[in-house]
Amino acid sequence: MLLAVATEVISTPKFDWHAFAPDLVLVVTMVVVLVADLLLPDREAWRTSSITALGLLGALIPIATLAHSGHERILFDGAYVVGHYALALKAFFILAAYITVLLSVDYIGEGDYYNGEFYFLLLVAVFGMSIMTGARDLITLFVALETISIPTFVLAAFRKHDRASNEAGVKYYLIGVLSSALMLYGFSLIYGVTGATKLSGPHSISEYLSQHGTEPLVAVAIFLSLVGFAFKVSAVPFHFWAPDTYEGAPTPVTAFLSVASKAGGFVALINIIYFGFLTGNAHSAANSWWPVLWVFAALSMTLGNLAALRQTNIVRMLAYSSVAQGGFMLVPFAAAGIAGADGPLEKANSAMGAVVVYLLIYGAMNLGAFAVVIAVARRTRSAEISSYDGLFQISPTLAVVMGVFLASLAGIPFFAGWFAKFVMFRSIIDAGTGWAIALGIIAAVNSVIAFFYYARPIRAMIFHEPTADDRTPIVIPQPLVAAIVLTTAVVVVVGIYPQLFARVGQLAF
Amino acid sequence: MHSWFDSWALTLVVFIPAIGAAIVMLIPREREDAIKGVTLVTTLATLGFTIATLFRFNYDKTSTLQFSVTKNWIDVINSHYHVAVDGISLPMLALSSFITVLCVIYSWNHFPEPHNPKAFLALLLILEVGMNGTFVAQDLILFFIFFEIVLLPMFFMIGVWGGPNREYASIKFFLFTLFGSALMLLSFLALYFKVDVPGVGHTFDMVLLSHAAGSGVVHSTQLLIFGGLFIGFAIKVPMFPFHTWLPDAHTEAPTVGSVLLAAILLKLGTYGFIRIALPMLPEAAKSWAPWIGLLAVIGIIYGALGCLAQTDMKRLIAFSSVAHMGFVMLGIATLTTFGINAAIFGMVAHGLITGMLFFIAGSVQHNYGTRELSRLGGLLKQAPKMGWILGFCAMASLGLPGLAGFWGEFPAVLSTFNPGGDLSQPLFRTYMVIAAIGTVLAAGYLLWMLQKVAFGLPKPEFADAHIHDVSSFEWTAWVPILLLIVALGIFPNLIFRVTDDAVTCQTAAPFVSKDTTPVSPTLVCPGSPNPAQTTAQVTGGGG
Repeated sequence: MLLAVATEVISTPKFDWHAFAPDLVLVVTMVVVLVADLLLPDREAWRTSSITALGLLGALIPIATLAHSGHERILFDGAYVVGHYALALKAFFILAAYITVLLSVDYIGEGDYYNGEFYFLLLVAVFGMSIMTGARDLITLFVALETISIPTFVLAAFRKHDRASNEAGVKYYLIGVLSSALMLYGFSLIYGVTGATKLSGPHSISEYLSQHGTEPLVAVAIFLSLVGFAFKVSAVPFHFWAPDTYEGAPTPVTAFLSVASKAGGFVALINIIYFGFLTGNAHSAANSWWPVLWVFAALSMTLGNLAALRQTNIVRMLAYSSVAQGGFMLVPFAAAGIAGADGPLEKANSAMGAVVVYLLIYGAMNLGAFAVVIAVARRTRSAEISSYDGLFQISPTLAVVMGVFLASLAGIPFFAGWFAKFVMFRSIIDAGTGWAIALGIIAAVNSVIAFFYYARPIRAMIFHEPTADDRTPIVIPQPLVAAIVLTTAVVVVVGIYPQLFARVGQLAF
Repeated sequence: MHSWFDSWALTLVVFIPAIGAAIVMLIPREREDAIKGVTLVTTLATLGFTIATLFRFNYDKTSTLQFSVTKNWIDVINSHYHVAVDGISLPMLALSSFITVLCVIYSWNHFPEPHNPKAFLALLLILEVGMNGTFVAQDLILFFIFFEIVLLPMFFMIGVWGGPNREYASIKFFLFTLFGSALMLLSFLALYFKVDVPGVGHTFDMVLLSHAAGSGVVHSTQLLIFGGLFIGFAIKVPMFPFHTWLPDAHTEAPTVGSVLLAAILLKLGTYGFIRIALPMLPEAAKSWAPWIGLLAVIGIIYGALGCLAQTDMKRLIAFSSVAHMGFVMLGIATLTTFGINAAIFGMVAHGLITGMLFFIAGSVQHNYGTRELSRLGGLLKQAPKMGWILGFCAMASLGLPGLAGFWGEFPAVLSTFNPGGDLSQPLFRTYMVIAAIGTVLAAGYLLWMLQKVAFGLPKPEFADAHIHDVSSFEWTAWVPILLLIVALGIFPNLIFRVTDDAVTCQTAAPFVSKDTTPVSPTLVCPGSPNPAQTTAQVTGGGG
């Protein structure tokens, strides 16, 4: 026995190059971008965006081949796992970053910002997300999370000469560091009690929990790490940085933060909650964490929505909306905990699948909404909702598309958002206890409140008369058009045939 | 030919309008004639397929789902694209595709400000997708999608082309219905997870869920699930006290919007009760029925009194809708074959008559520029044809025998004399008396409206105004409705014959009391034991 353990420890870990190929492509792209930025003359600096875009698309190729090969690749003794779940989310992050690049090209190019550095930082963050998808170990997870966070602190402050942007960066940085500290403290307690950093498998946290039950200290540790994650995903009451950061940051960065970075937090949460505190017979731990997530979900939905109702600036509104959407995404976590605490994992699996489906759909519709915001701001130089007055008469297509994204965010069929809401409701009704139903009803009421503020820009665009003198259609640069077309296509096609994403969610768990 | 039609007819009826809407959106805004032409052709083609369906429908088996198509849709959640019609949905489907054509014809030269026929007609076509789809869907998720699709087009119709208070009315309409459908969706999910269909397990299939009739769900849970369905459908109907969105929406909506709202959208709610709530949770329905009946009679009286207090013609008709839908809901609440048949008839009749009244109100507004009852008068002098049509519709609406309205109202009241499902007779007979008073009030407010609008002399401000009588477009749109109102009044069996077996088998079967003989003892329902056995089973299991 001892000998077996010893040989296992000293054997060199087998390095699966194929499994790492997507991440390696990202690393190579990073280096190329840095070098290119150094060599290219200033007026050619925009080419770094093309390199970034190509690199991101290139990273999709190994993802496809890995998905084709099918089996789950377990690396480093289970600390890094590449399976359907990781691959689906890697593809999601890379596509989200690709759309962000499309949103940024003209914004960054025209704004006299540093091109190379912008795309380099973006790629680093995506690399962190890509690692995060496979992380099954507290340390890997933490490193991945910081790899996401640190570049985004800088990106948020990228409008150097703008005080709001500086405030955004600093606020985001301070909160990020605070949350990391809390999380690390929680992690250290978990390690101290369980003696493991690995989440599942032999000699892991979940194995310890299944054998020893959940001690009070573990519950405290879980609570502290959850609070850390709550900051990352801007769950109420740890959300207050989000609106200021979102408003101050360059809009493409806001889009990236609200989608990819937030999703990074959620993926980390899935990894630790599902693999560490639920699978492998660790479900006794579920009772110590689902009430926390229940409260986060209920508060985020309700307060996020109520605050969004009062906004007159569309970016702030979308910031609060993303807080509320985060609350909806936390609902299946609570459902998984409630259902998983009793034993069989089928319901928890489908709840986790619901989170993945929600993330994919939310990503498409939120990026799309920000794409339109960027397009409109090119003309109006404003993010006030009143600046959308009469957009339907100025640029009908743009107004209709914005309406599609907002309706989708509100969960109106037949746009993809309905299915995200549906799987969320499905998971909580499936869990079936009184607490679950109560959360379901809170979510239902909130999905109605949400429409009220999503409808506000729609009403401005379509019901109101234009106030601006310039009534020529807004000219939108090609990359932005591409971003809008891509996201609209996803929102409409998935809305009509949700099986496409539902299958991904099912494969993942 | 045979199999091709059977498997594609309903899909085409639902999605031809969607194709039409896509084409309309591609036509440049300036080419209005092309846009109108495409829309008319689209709605006519849809109606054509509906009529072909009517002809090919097997009227000897109205309780069987016909033209049934099942295709995989969202396997992961076990939801299918399942469309089919039976005797309950067929009249509604026909009504929906019929009224839409007439709306297109009516709006030909009547586009309200800010004009823009392209957007208006595209929305109208999307609306038709939702309406037709709801009546043929046989899968709860599919039903939910179609039920929701109607919201956005109507929201925009009211919000863009509506009256002065349109923004408030449109968002109110939307939030009310959205709230209802959110709870409805929760109930659908609960039905999925709680009801154990023998041999199938969990399913969203409406037919299987109806056959399972809530088996395996404890009574308290049934009551909760029914509550969610009730709120979802009752807001749509709308029943008192959820009706407050309706007068605002109707008053502000453009004419065609009001017509569609009254004729079809409200029916989605009552249809939901008949198709989903009652058959899927019969035990809960028995417990809820007295309360539904109570709210229905309150709605009848409240709607009637509300009418008498109105100063706006459209708002008056809107309140009369609350009252009329009260009769429909009362018929449903009796849980009898008779009452539910009457309810379906009432739905069609109300759709035709109130739709027609809204058309006239629209034309009155178009001519006089106002709907204020105090400023109107003498329509019979200035536009005699329109005045006579208004009189005719008022008569139909108050339930004059020989016209369609009678067959919706009278049997509904009559059915309360002997309610099904072991409901309290004294209670329902009390409801009967109140509803009967409601019919008197209905006569009161309709005649009062007629007197205000049509009789007397025109008010001085309009004395010299040149009022257009019924135009050719209006004739084209209205004559079919008027003819149907007469036809259904004289031959009520046109509808009763279609609905009766389906209602007996699918909706009312669990509620037949042991001591009453089934309407048609020879009738054998498909897919389930015959009614007598079903009764024995349910009462046996429920006791």
